[in-house]
Amino acid sequence: MTTAALPSIVTILPEIVLAGGALVLILIGAFQGLRSINLVNGAAFAVLVVAALATVFQASQTQMAFNGSFVVDDFARFMKVVTLLGAAATLALAIDEMSQERYKQFELAILVLLSSLGMLLMISANDLIALYIGLELSSLALYVLAAIDRHNAKASEAGLKYFVLGALSSGMLLYGASLIYGFTGTVSFAGIATAVKAGAGPGLMFGLVFLMAGLAFKISAVPFHMWTPDVYEGAPTPVTAYFAATNKIAAMALTTRVLIQAFGPDVSEWRQIVVFISIASMALGSFAAIGQRNLKRLMAYSSIGHVGFALVGLAAGTQDGVNGVLVYMAIYMAMTVGSFACILAMRTKDGPVETIDDLAGLSRSQPFFAFVLMSLMFSLAGVPPLAGFWAKWYVFSAAVDAGLVPLAVIGFLTSVVGAFYYLRVVKVMYFDDGPARFMPLSGVLKALLALSGVAMVLFGLVPSPIVAAAAAAAKSLF
Amino acid sequence: MPGVLSGLLILPLIGSALILFVRGEDEAALSNIRYIALLTTLVTFLLSLVAWWQFDPANSAFQLVEQASWVSSSITFKLGVDGYSLPFVLLTTFLMPFCILASWSPIQRRVREYMIAFLILETLMIGVFVSLDLVLFYLFFEGGLIPMFLIIGVWGGERRIYASFKFFLYTLLGSVLLLIAVMAMWKTAGTTDIASLLTYRFAPAMQKWLWLAFFASFAVKMPMWPVHTWLPDAHVEAPTAGSVILAGILLKMGGYGFIRFSLPMFPDASHDFAPLIYALSVIAIIYTSLVALAQEDMKKLIAYSSVAHMGLVTMGLFSMTAQGIEGAMFQMVSHGLVSGALFLCVGVVYDRTHTRQIAAYGGLVHRMPLYAAAFMVFTLANIGLPGTTGFIGEFLSLVGTFRVNSWVAFFGTFGVILSAAYALWLYRKIIFGKLVKPELMNMLDLTPREMCVMAPLVALVIFYGVRPGVILDAFSAPTEALLKSTGLALGAVEAATLVVP
Repeated sequence: MTTAALPSIVTILPEIVLAGGALVLILIGAFQGLRSINLVNGAAFAVLVVAALATVFQASQTQMAFNGSFVVDDFARFMKVVTLLGAAATLALAIDEMSQERYKQFELAILVLLSSLGMLLMISANDLIALYIGLELSSLALYVLAAIDRHNAKASEAGLKYFVLGALSSGMLLYGASLIYGFTGTVSFAGIATAVKAGAGPGLMFGLVFLMAGLAFKISAVPFHMWTPDVYEGAPTPVTAYFAATNKIAAMALTTRVLIQAFGPDVSEWRQIVVFISIASMALGSFAAIGQRNLKRLMAYSSIGHVGFALVGLAAGTQDGVNGVLVYMAIYMAMTVGSFACILAMRTKDGPVETIDDLAGLSRSQPFFAFVLMSLMFSLAGVPPLAGFWAKWYVFSAAVDAGLVPLAVIGFLTSVVGAFYYLRVVKVMYFDDGPARFMPLSGVLKALLALSGVAMVLFGLVPSPIVAAAAAAAKSLF
Repeated sequence: MPGVLSGLLILPLIGSALILFVRGEDEAALSNIRYIALLTTLVTFLLSLVAWWQFDPANSAFQLVEQASWVSSSITFKLGVDGYSLPFVLLTTFLMPFCILASWSPIQRRVREYMIAFLILETLMIGVFVSLDLVLFYLFFEGGLIPMFLIIGVWGGERRIYASFKFFLYTLLGSVLLLIAVMAMWKTAGTTDIASLLTYRFAPAMQKWLWLAFFASFAVKMPMWPVHTWLPDAHVEAPTAGSVILAGILLKMGGYGFIRFSLPMFPDASHDFAPLIYALSVIAIIYTSLVALAQEDMKKLIAYSSVAHMGLVTMGLFSMTAQGIEGAMFQMVSHGLVSGALFLCVGVVYDRTHTRQIAAYGGLVHRMPLYAAAFMVFTLANIGLPGTTGFIGEFLSLVGTFRVNSWVAFFGTFGVILSAAYALWLYRKIIFGKLVKPELMNMLDLTPREMCVMAPLVALVIFYGVRPGVILDAFSAPTEALLKSTGLALGAVEAATLVVP
């Protein structure tokens, strides 16, 4: 090894931290068994935080590793930090939940580490091989995570459903990737971009469609969303939070990079696909959620809708659009973690409850909890002056700028429909009366609720920090 | 460097933070909360008087400007007032103490949250009128929905949930179209600074779309026929103070939006679409006046009367004459005082009997002479009797419209006639007649607290009716500038030579 290899170790330091941490913790867990659960959980949390810090302190220039199949640029760093923060927050939720539920397993934390590693690889993937490896590494860990509560039939069903459909989508993705490779003769994104610029034939577009289908499954965009409500409802709540707050972000980063860097020269071709799945996701996310009574299912539909909104920015295909996607995913992560922390806080003496009606009268019995959930709901609806407004502002203004005014109009109309069911949650908490039922909040939940509430208001009033970071990140893709 | 205007925005927030820290739920704590809220609104009002004192009405430019970096280089935190916005700022800060007083004893449930919601609402309403950045304006404009939604939904009447949802979703639907227009303007002009946008001229085709998007939002807020149906529901279900704010301030945001954005920024489109506005205004004036005649609920009657009066405002604004615009602006200020006062009057009897049915009353003059007198003044002002503020606004709007289109003015005048019909009918049913209903036998006249609420409003309604120049002066400089910049002045109308009684 020469000194030239040294920079690449720094380049992949966050990934090394995660991989090494996961391997060491597996050993500890295997030898010590359940006795080590607290140690493993704590250490896994620390590993995620260290990886996030390592990402933050990476030099802000584009670096390659593994012969150009792995790239670290500002875009990757931004998305990695968001993903790792989401993972750390949801792991904290899971650790808190495990102290009360029966699925006490040290493997949970390790699986979180491994899937987070896969997500980081997805975000940094710069060719089709790295894309697939990252995707599968994260997905396999997620399948197991969904079914981690193995005595629960619903969770097992969720895991199996996720696995079967996930495998199908991976197949489609691989088929698409092979077509693309066949028609361009290269797997690297830069090489594909050159081939596309030279003229994309129908074969290449065929491959792109299959690739998009696989990716749409991962971000749970319509029409590949069917698994989402069932898996979200069936999986243990902290795991659901993890799916929503991290996997989606990594998959969205991957989609963005593939479309912008590999197929960037041919925006007009893939824009129609993105516009279609965006509109379909926004519409389904808003209309299908109206009938939901279960908060976890509601959040599943809501997340489908939010992916649709984020795709509006991608449909623009411009730097502003990517900026919008980045801002959207960062704020979406904070909103999701907060909302799931609220769902986890809905615990009566007889166990957790999940329906909206259980929240009745919350504003009297637990005003702090109710206030945080209310700001999260208004933020998800995109009402200013909360953070969710800026998320919508940047994706839609990019779309308007790119001439996609009808898309923006449709998007906003669906957001009004969506506002209806977010308002209903507020209505149940504030307008209806009900008995005080929930147990007092644990320390972790209190902290996460306070953090997300502050984030909603603070980023709503002063969005410039996120926006500036996202703008720098978006620039690195072009 | 924070100045008076940011002080106006921060003060109510400080007040609500103080209320948050009051411990306990006993009577003493509740009383402390009420006094803190009252004091906060009073201090805010005094500070707004300082702003008035520093303001130069002869200058048509934005004054008391403050600017700070905010989202990006093109979207900044910029505040300022001109002759159009300052009267509304004053109206807001002036009405707020009355709202707090009117909620003193009627609101016994969740007093803390109520007062916090009202104070935050005050910040957001002032923000709408003082922001000089389009995005900042939108933030305040739509942010106000949240506290109002809660006020209607938590402290409202029986159908409060339906009313609050209808209010929120209607208004949101209008404002998202506005948001798209704001985005398009930002991307086209490269800035959201209102002062710069006022001089930027959009292409005529684009103006049309932008105008329609702004219209969608402001027409709902105003509200104009046929998108007015949320208003009667919201008014009826809201608590008294909520109705006052709704009628007094929130409705004015639509008119303010027209004069601040639609007319000066899209003059060509405004000119092209004026017939549409005339048609909708005339329908609103005649149709909703007739609907008001048929109401059995006092609040609903006043709500429909508000829609009719707002029809006169849009008619005057889009006449694009000096008299029409200034008359419409005056009408908005006047209506803010008068309709607010009318809702307070309804609140007075509602607190005693807990019914808003007109049929449940009669002969109150025998038990409540002071109340009857105050109600009389506001009823006459609502009709537009000379000597009250209502007359000035209606007359000038009609004169302005007459200069452009005599038929529109002709039909608009029916609003005045019909308003006399329904307002006097309401007054006769409630105040006059024999006092026969047993539950009214023990009614007491205005309490000292209620007198504190009524007396200043009566005084102002008459004072500004006799001396309208105090307010009209503020409007004349920006109106002159507006007509000059848009080149829409019809004939060489001297803005100063107004027909003032």
